[in-house]
Amino acid sequence: MANPIDQKIINDLIANQINFVTSVPCKQLAGVIEILDETDEIQHVPSNKEDEGMGLCAGAYMGGARACILMQNTALGVVVNSLATLIQFYQIPLPMLISYRGEVGEPVACQVEMALHTKAILNQLHIPTYHFHQPEQVRELGGILNHAFMSSKPVAILADATFWKGAA
Amino acid sequence: MKRYDVLKTLTPVLKDSLVVCNIGAPSQELFALNDNVNNFYMLGTMGLASSIGLGLALTQDKQVVSIDGDGSILTNMATLATMANNPPDNFVLLIVDNGSYGSTGDQPTYAGRKTSLSAVARACGCEHVVECSGPETADAVKSALSVGKMTVIVSKCASGNAKVPVIDMNPIVIRERFMSAVQAKE
Repeated sequence: MANPIDQKIINDLIANQINFVTSVPCKQLAGVIEILDETDEIQHVPSNKEDEGMGLCAGAYMGGARACILMQNTALGVVVNSLATLIQFYQIPLPMLISYRGEVGEPVACQVEMALHTKAILNQLHIPTYHFHQPEQVRELGGILNHAFMSSKPVAILADATFWKGAA
Repeated sequence: MKRYDVLKTLTPVLKDSLVVCNIGAPSQELFALNDNVNNFYMLGTMGLASSIGLGLALTQDKQVVSIDGDGSILTNMATLATMANNPPDNFVLLIVDNGSYGSTGDQPTYAGRKTSLSAVARACGCEHVVECSGPETADAVKSALSVGKMTVIVSKCASGNAKVPVIDMNPIVIRERFMSAVQAKE
Protein backbone atom coordinates (compact mmCIF):
# COMPACT_ATOMS: atom_id res chain seq x y z
CA MET A 1 0.00 0.00 0.00
CA ALA A 2 1.34 3.37 -0.98
CA ASN A 3 1.60 6.14 1.61
CA PRO A 4 2.03 9.92 1.43
CA ILE A 5 5.83 9.80 1.12
CA ASP A 6 5.54 7.57 -1.98
CA GLN A 7 3.22 10.17 -3.51
CA LYS A 8 5.62 12.97 -2.52
CA ILE A 9 8.46 11.13 -4.32
CA ILE A 10 6.39 10.79 -7.48
CA ASN A 11 5.34 14.46 -7.23
CA ASP A 12 9.01 15.47 -7.06
CA LEU A 13 9.82 13.38 -10.14
CA ILE A 14 7.01 15.10 -12.04
CA ALA A 15 8.01 18.56 -10.78
CA ASN A 16 11.52 17.88 -12.13
CA GLN A 17 10.13 16.93 -15.57
CA ILE A 18 11.15 13.30 -15.18
CA ASN A 19 8.99 11.49 -17.72
CA PHE A 20 10.70 8.10 -18.11
CA VAL A 21 11.33 5.69 -15.23
CA THR A 22 12.63 2.17 -15.23
CA SER A 23 12.60 -0.04 -12.17
CA VAL A 24 13.58 -3.35 -10.71
CA PRO A 25 11.37 -3.83 -7.68
CA CYS A 26 12.23 -3.86 -3.99
CA LYS A 27 9.76 -4.27 -1.12
CA GLN A 28 10.66 -0.78 0.10
CA LEU A 29 9.89 0.69 -3.34
CA ALA A 30 6.55 -1.11 -3.75
CA GLY A 31 4.45 1.95 -2.88
CA VAL A 32 6.38 4.23 -5.25
CA ILE A 33 6.05 1.69 -8.07
CA GLU A 34 2.32 1.30 -7.36
CA ILE A 35 1.75 5.05 -7.78
CA LEU A 36 4.11 5.21 -10.75
CA ASP A 37 1.88 2.80 -12.65
CA GLU A 38 -1.06 5.16 -12.10
CA THR A 39 0.86 8.28 -13.14
CA ASP A 40 0.16 9.41 -16.70
CA GLU A 41 2.98 11.96 -16.77
CA ILE A 42 5.65 9.27 -16.45
CA GLN A 43 6.32 6.40 -18.84
CA HIS A 44 7.23 3.37 -16.69
CA VAL A 45 9.19 0.59 -18.40
CA PRO A 46 10.21 -2.09 -15.89
CA SER A 47 13.62 -3.73 -16.44
CA ASN A 48 14.68 -7.29 -15.78
CA LYS A 49 18.09 -6.25 -14.54
CA GLU A 50 19.55 -2.89 -13.61
CA ASP A 51 22.23 -2.72 -16.31
CA GLU A 52 19.47 -3.16 -18.88
CA GLY A 53 17.72 -0.31 -17.08
CA MET A 54 20.77 1.93 -17.49
CA GLY A 55 20.68 1.22 -21.23
CA LEU A 56 16.98 2.14 -21.39
CA CYS A 57 17.64 5.37 -19.47
CA ALA A 58 20.59 6.31 -21.71
CA GLY A 59 18.44 5.78 -24.81
CA ALA A 60 15.52 7.68 -23.28
CA TYR A 61 17.79 10.61 -22.42
CA MET A 62 19.10 10.77 -25.98
CA GLY A 63 15.48 10.66 -27.13
CA GLY A 64 14.83 13.88 -25.21
CA ALA A 65 13.34 12.42 -22.02
CA ARG A 66 14.49 12.91 -18.45
CA ALA A 67 15.03 9.45 -17.05
CA CYS A 68 15.38 7.94 -13.60
CA ILE A 69 15.98 4.42 -12.28
CA LEU A 70 14.49 2.79 -9.17
CA MET A 71 16.55 -0.09 -7.85
CA GLN A 72 17.91 -1.87 -4.80
CA ASN A 73 21.44 -1.30 -3.48
CA THR A 74 22.37 -4.95 -4.10
CA ALA A 75 22.23 -4.08 -7.82
CA LEU A 76 25.24 -1.79 -7.48
CA GLY A 77 27.10 -5.08 -7.83
CA VAL A 78 25.55 -5.41 -11.28
CA VAL A 79 25.87 -1.91 -12.73
CA VAL A 80 29.43 -0.73 -12.08
CA ASN A 81 30.49 -1.24 -15.71
CA SER A 82 27.35 0.41 -17.12
CA LEU A 83 27.81 3.40 -14.80
CA ALA A 84 31.47 3.86 -15.72
CA THR A 85 31.47 3.12 -19.46
CA LEU A 86 28.01 4.37 -20.45
CA ILE A 87 26.47 6.82 -17.97
CA GLN A 88 29.69 8.52 -16.87
CA PHE A 89 31.75 8.14 -20.06
CA TYR A 90 29.01 9.74 -22.21
CA GLN A 91 28.00 12.21 -19.44
CA ILE A 92 24.38 11.13 -19.11
CA PRO A 93 22.40 12.49 -16.15
CA LEU A 94 20.79 9.70 -14.15
CA PRO A 95 19.13 9.98 -10.75
CA MET A 96 19.10 6.57 -9.05
CA LEU A 97 16.52 6.18 -6.28
CA ILE A 98 17.96 3.24 -4.39
CA SER A 99 16.27 1.18 -1.72
CA TYR A 100 19.07 0.81 0.82
CA ARG A 101 18.63 -2.69 2.24
CA GLY A 102 20.84 -4.15 4.95
CA GLU A 103 20.80 -1.17 7.33
CA VAL A 104 19.40 -1.13 10.92
CA GLY A 105 15.91 -2.65 10.92
CA GLU A 106 16.77 -5.13 8.15
CA PRO A 107 15.28 -8.60 8.74
CA VAL A 108 17.37 -10.49 6.14
CA ALA A 109 21.00 -11.05 7.18
CA CYS A 110 22.30 -11.53 3.63
CA GLN A 111 21.22 -7.98 2.73
CA VAL A 112 23.82 -6.63 5.15
CA GLU A 113 26.60 -7.99 2.94
CA MET A 114 25.93 -5.62 0.03
CA ALA A 115 25.00 -2.80 2.43
CA LEU A 116 28.63 -2.94 3.57
CA HIS A 117 29.83 -2.28 0.02
CA THR A 118 27.16 0.19 -1.08
CA LYS A 119 28.74 3.52 -0.14
CA ALA A 120 32.23 2.24 -0.95
CA ILE A 121 31.20 1.43 -4.53
CA LEU A 122 29.45 4.79 -4.98
CA ASN A 123 32.47 6.56 -3.48
CA GLN A 124 34.89 4.69 -5.71
CA LEU A 125 32.84 5.76 -8.75
CA HIS A 126 32.73 9.40 -7.53
CA ILE A 127 28.94 9.38 -7.63
CA PRO A 128 27.25 12.11 -5.55
CA THR A 129 25.42 10.16 -2.84
CA TYR A 130 22.63 11.25 -0.48
CA HIS A 131 21.46 9.02 2.39
CA PHE A 132 17.82 9.39 3.46
CA HIS A 133 17.47 8.08 7.03
CA GLN A 134 14.68 10.28 8.41
CA PRO A 135 11.42 10.81 6.51
CA GLU A 136 11.78 14.61 6.59
CA GLN A 137 14.94 14.33 4.46
CA VAL A 138 12.67 13.66 1.49
CA ARG A 139 12.32 17.45 1.17
CA GLU A 140 15.82 17.43 -0.40
CA LEU A 141 14.75 15.13 -3.23
CA GLY A 142 13.74 17.84 -5.71
CA GLY A 143 17.08 19.59 -5.35
CA ILE A 144 19.00 16.33 -5.76
CA LEU A 145 17.11 15.44 -8.95
CA ASN A 146 17.87 18.87 -10.34
CA HIS A 147 21.53 18.45 -9.37
CA ALA A 148 21.81 15.28 -11.50
CA PHE A 149 20.60 17.10 -14.62
CA MET A 150 22.57 20.27 -13.90
CA SER A 151 25.81 18.29 -13.58
CA SER A 152 25.04 15.58 -16.20
CA LYS A 153 26.02 12.91 -13.70
CA PRO A 154 24.51 9.86 -12.07
CA VAL A 155 23.47 10.61 -8.48
CA ALA A 156 22.45 8.10 -5.83
CA ILE A 157 19.68 8.56 -3.26
CA LEU A 158 19.94 5.79 -0.67
CA ALA A 159 16.69 5.39 1.27
CA ASP A 160 17.04 3.02 4.23
CA ALA A 161 14.61 1.03 6.39
CA THR A 162 14.31 3.74 9.05
CA PHE A 163 13.30 6.23 6.35
CA TRP A 164 10.57 3.99 4.93
CA LYS A 165 9.31 2.84 8.36
CA GLY A 166 9.18 6.39 9.68
CA ALA A 167 7.17 7.39 6.64
CA ALA A 168 4.63 4.57 6.97
CA MET B 1 28.91 -13.12 -45.98
CA LYS B 2 30.66 -11.38 -43.08
CA ARG B 3 29.35 -8.55 -40.91
CA TYR B 4 31.31 -5.88 -42.79
CA ASP B 5 29.73 -6.86 -46.10
CA VAL B 6 26.27 -6.96 -44.52
CA LEU B 7 26.82 -3.46 -43.08
CA LYS B 8 27.91 -2.26 -46.51
CA THR B 9 24.60 -3.37 -48.04
CA LEU B 10 22.74 -1.53 -45.25
CA THR B 11 24.19 1.92 -45.99
CA PRO B 12 21.39 3.07 -48.36
CA VAL B 13 18.69 1.35 -46.27
CA LEU B 14 19.62 3.06 -43.01
CA LYS B 15 20.01 6.60 -44.31
CA ASP B 16 16.83 7.93 -42.69
CA SER B 17 17.11 5.98 -39.41
CA LEU B 18 18.82 6.60 -36.10
CA VAL B 19 21.33 3.82 -35.60
CA VAL B 20 22.60 2.53 -32.24
CA CYS B 21 25.57 0.25 -32.85
CA ASN B 22 27.13 -2.44 -30.67
CA ILE B 23 30.55 -2.11 -29.03
CA GLY B 24 33.78 -3.13 -30.74
CA ALA B 25 34.09 -4.44 -34.29
CA PRO B 26 30.47 -3.62 -35.36
CA SER B 27 30.80 0.07 -34.40
CA GLN B 28 34.32 0.29 -35.86
CA GLU B 29 33.18 -1.22 -39.16
CA LEU B 30 30.13 1.05 -39.35
CA PHE B 31 32.28 4.07 -38.52
CA ALA B 32 34.76 3.17 -41.28
CA LEU B 33 32.04 2.43 -43.84
CA ASN B 34 29.63 5.27 -43.28
CA ASP B 35 30.22 7.61 -40.36
CA ASN B 36 27.37 10.09 -40.06
CA VAL B 37 25.39 12.08 -37.50
CA ASN B 38 22.64 9.46 -37.28
CA ASN B 39 25.00 6.88 -35.77
CA PHE B 40 25.53 6.33 -32.06
CA TYR B 41 28.64 4.24 -31.43
CA MET B 42 29.05 2.28 -28.23
CA LEU B 43 32.64 2.50 -27.08
CA GLY B 44 32.03 0.25 -24.08
CA THR B 45 29.29 -1.58 -22.17
CA MET B 46 28.79 -4.99 -23.73
CA GLY B 47 25.16 -5.96 -24.25
CA LEU B 48 23.25 -2.69 -24.13
CA ALA B 49 22.80 -1.64 -27.80
CA SER B 50 19.35 -3.26 -27.81
CA SER B 51 18.21 -1.56 -24.58
CA ILE B 52 19.58 1.86 -25.59
CA GLY B 53 17.75 1.58 -28.92
CA LEU B 54 14.55 0.59 -27.14
CA GLY B 55 14.75 3.55 -24.74
CA LEU B 56 15.38 5.87 -27.69
CA ALA B 57 12.48 4.48 -29.73
CA LEU B 58 10.09 4.76 -26.76
CA THR B 59 10.78 8.45 -26.24
CA GLN B 60 10.76 10.00 -29.72
CA ASP B 61 9.15 9.32 -33.12
CA LYS B 62 12.04 8.77 -35.52
CA GLN B 63 12.84 5.29 -36.74
CA VAL B 64 15.52 3.54 -34.66
CA VAL B 65 17.64 0.57 -35.73
CA SER B 66 19.90 -1.10 -33.16
CA ILE B 67 22.69 -3.13 -34.73
CA ASP B 68 23.58 -5.78 -32.21
CA GLY B 69 25.44 -9.09 -32.19
CA ASP B 70 24.60 -12.59 -31.05
CA GLY B 71 27.18 -12.51 -28.25
CA SER B 72 25.88 -9.16 -27.07
CA ILE B 73 22.24 -10.29 -27.07
CA LEU B 74 23.24 -13.39 -25.12
CA THR B 75 24.56 -11.15 -22.32
CA ASN B 76 21.31 -9.16 -22.16
CA MET B 77 18.76 -11.65 -23.48
CA ALA B 78 16.02 -10.58 -21.04
CA THR B 79 15.73 -7.25 -22.83
CA LEU B 80 13.88 -9.16 -25.60
CA ALA B 81 11.09 -9.61 -23.01
CA THR B 82 11.15 -5.89 -22.21
CA MET B 83 10.90 -5.11 -25.93
CA ALA B 84 8.06 -7.58 -26.47
CA ASN B 85 6.03 -6.10 -23.63
CA ASN B 86 6.73 -2.44 -24.54
CA PRO B 87 6.96 -2.59 -28.34
CA PRO B 88 7.52 0.74 -30.10
CA ASP B 89 6.49 0.65 -33.77
CA ASN B 90 9.59 2.66 -34.71
CA PHE B 91 12.13 0.09 -33.54
CA VAL B 92 14.07 -2.56 -35.43
CA LEU B 93 16.59 -4.75 -33.63
CA LEU B 94 19.04 -6.23 -36.11
CA ILE B 95 21.07 -9.05 -34.59
CA VAL B 96 24.08 -9.82 -36.75
CA ASP B 97 24.39 -13.45 -35.73
CA ASN B 98 27.77 -14.72 -36.83
CA GLY B 99 27.97 -17.32 -34.08
CA SER B 100 31.05 -15.72 -32.57
CA TYR B 101 32.42 -13.06 -30.24
CA GLY B 102 33.95 -11.08 -33.10
CA SER B 103 35.68 -8.35 -31.12
CA THR B 104 37.56 -10.73 -28.84
CA GLY B 105 38.99 -13.22 -31.33
CA ASP B 106 35.98 -14.99 -32.83
CA GLN B 107 35.40 -17.38 -29.97
CA PRO B 108 32.17 -19.36 -30.64
CA THR B 109 28.89 -18.30 -28.99
CA TYR B 110 26.02 -20.60 -28.06
CA ALA B 111 23.95 -18.91 -30.80
CA GLY B 112 26.20 -20.66 -33.32
CA ARG B 113 25.48 -23.99 -31.66
CA LYS B 114 22.13 -25.08 -30.19
CA THR B 115 20.56 -21.74 -29.27
CA SER B 116 18.21 -19.99 -31.70
CA LEU B 117 17.91 -16.27 -31.01
CA SER B 118 14.88 -15.97 -33.28
CA ALA B 119 13.13 -18.69 -31.24
CA VAL B 120 14.13 -16.87 -28.04
CA ALA B 121 12.74 -13.57 -29.37
CA ARG B 122 9.45 -15.28 -30.30
CA ALA B 123 9.25 -17.01 -26.92
CA CYS B 124 9.75 -13.63 -25.25
CA GLY B 125 6.65 -12.41 -27.07
CA CYS B 126 8.16 -10.45 -29.96
CA GLU B 127 5.50 -10.60 -32.67
CA HIS B 128 7.57 -9.78 -35.74
CA VAL B 129 10.72 -11.88 -35.93
CA VAL B 130 12.60 -12.59 -39.14
CA GLU B 131 15.56 -14.88 -39.60
CA CYS B 132 17.50 -14.36 -42.81
CA SER B 133 20.88 -14.88 -44.45
CA GLY B 134 23.54 -12.18 -44.78
CA PRO B 135 22.64 -11.30 -48.41
CA GLU B 136 18.91 -11.09 -47.50
CA THR B 137 19.50 -8.68 -44.61
CA ALA B 138 19.19 -5.33 -46.39
CA ASP B 139 15.82 -6.33 -47.85
CA ALA B 140 14.64 -7.61 -44.46
CA VAL B 141 15.55 -4.30 -42.79
CA LYS B 142 13.97 -2.29 -45.59
CA SER B 143 10.77 -4.29 -45.33
CA ALA B 144 10.65 -3.99 -41.50
CA LEU B 145 11.09 -0.21 -41.77
CA SER B 146 8.25 0.08 -44.26
CA VAL B 147 5.88 -2.15 -42.24
CA GLY B 148 6.32 0.06 -39.18
CA LYS B 149 6.02 -2.64 -36.51
CA MET B 150 8.72 -3.46 -33.99
CA THR B 151 10.78 -6.17 -35.66
CA VAL B 152 13.64 -8.40 -34.59
CA ILE B 153 15.85 -9.53 -37.48
CA VAL B 154 18.37 -12.30 -36.93
CA SER B 155 20.88 -12.19 -39.77
CA LYS B 156 22.85 -15.43 -39.97
CA CYS B 157 26.26 -14.66 -41.39
CA ALA B 158 29.87 -15.75 -41.31
CA SER B 159 32.28 -14.78 -38.54
CA GLY B 160 35.25 -12.50 -39.10
CA ASN B 161 36.05 -8.80 -38.93
CA ALA B 162 37.34 -6.21 -41.39
CA LYS B 163 40.66 -4.53 -40.60
CA VAL B 164 39.47 -1.08 -39.54
CA PRO B 165 40.80 1.34 -36.92
CA VAL B 166 39.50 1.92 -33.39
CA ILE B 167 37.05 4.87 -33.18
CA ASP B 168 38.94 7.94 -32.00
CA MET B 169 35.91 10.19 -31.51
CA ASN B 170 35.29 11.54 -28.02
CA PRO B 171 32.20 9.91 -26.38
CA ILE B 172 30.60 13.25 -25.55
CA VAL B 173 31.04 14.39 -29.15
CA ILE B 174 29.42 11.12 -30.31
CA ARG B 175 26.49 11.66 -27.96
CA GLU B 176 25.97 15.36 -28.63
CA ARG B 177 26.24 14.94 -32.38
CA PHE B 178 23.74 12.08 -32.21
CA MET B 179 21.34 14.05 -30.01
CA SER B 180 21.35 16.93 -32.50
CA ALA B 181 20.39 14.42 -35.19
CA VAL B 182 17.59 13.11 -32.94
CA GLN B 183 16.29 16.64 -32.42
CA ALA B 184 16.73 17.82 -36.03
CA LYS B 185 13.53 18.53 -37.97
CA GLU B 186 12.85 16.02 -40.74
